[in-house]
Amino acid sequence: MDLIRRLFTAALVAGVLSGTAASVVQQATTVPLILEAEKYEVVTPPPAPAVAAPGAAAAAESHQHGPVREVGEGVPTTLDEAMQRIGLTIVSNLLTGVAYALLLSAAMLLAGRPVDARRGLVWGAGGFVAVSLAPSFGLPPELPGMAGADLELRQLWWLAAAAGAGVGMAALAFARNRLVIAAAVIAAALPHLVGAPHPESAEGAVPPELAAHFVTASLGSAALFWAILGATCGWLISGLVGEAEHRPALRVQPGAR
Amino acid sequence: MTTRSIHTAAGSATRSAAQTAVAAFAAILLGSFLLYGVGFAQPQQIHDAAHDARHSFAFPCH
Repeated sequence: MDLIRRLFTAALVAGVLSGTAASVVQQATTVPLILEAEKYEVVTPPPAPAVAAPGAAAAAESHQHGPVREVGEGVPTTLDEAMQRIGLTIVSNLLTGVAYALLLSAAMLLAGRPVDARRGLVWGAGGFVAVSLAPSFGLPPELPGMAGADLELRQLWWLAAAAGAGVGMAALAFARNRLVIAAAVIAAALPHLVGAPHPESAEGAVPPELAAHFVTASLGSAALFWAILGATCGWLISGLVGEAEHRPALRVQPGAR
Repeated sequence: MTTRSIHTAAGSATRSAAQTAVAAFAAILLGSFLLYGVGFAQPQQIHDAAHDARHSFAFPCH
């Protein structure tokens, strides 16, 4: 019970720190681009129902059907709306940080190797490769208004690419059996060999320059997020893994005498 | 004395392995649940709240 409490506390601290840092960086980099892109998204109107027969205008309005993607909140117009949106984004970032920190610290614990802040940085780099870089290879970070294939297919592919890359890296780092390593590398490569789901036509409303800038901003802020997350997890988990590491050494000593 | 200390050490080692597995499993469970909520769940309110974070972290959003 004590181990769970300490593990969860470490993940909470690491998640809050990395989520806070990501929030600051995102507000300066990715979020302005998202807001800019939403202007283009709003400009693309749903098929106008005005073509409908005169007199049925009211009915048509209440029955508007456009395949245009719905962005729930739209571009904030008042200060209150803007603050609420920023607040919700910060909460989401903190939750994302805690979620990833729980997964990363569980992986550190299961690996059972000594960790500290510097080794944690390497773990963080691995996390970045697994959930940011590998999925981005097939599905680049996208802005609102960009053309995309079916959402569920993209989510599934994202999960497969991230899990495959994670398993592949873990096997390369820790596995001894060559068959296991080969299977893990195949699992990492498979989503990319199958290919990410893409729309038939890649036309979107967002200018390509904006989209390109967003990709670098998203990957850059994710890299910082993972560096802080990994280093903090490594630093806070070091005590937990260290105990398991020290125990055999203590046991050997009496026997040696 | 020696026998007792070895016995204790072995006992704590097995308990530690089980504890480690349980703690890691609990962390993975809660982590996955949170990640699903913040990155993947599609109910409109959750999607709207997490919208900017999802785009920034490159989760497929909409």
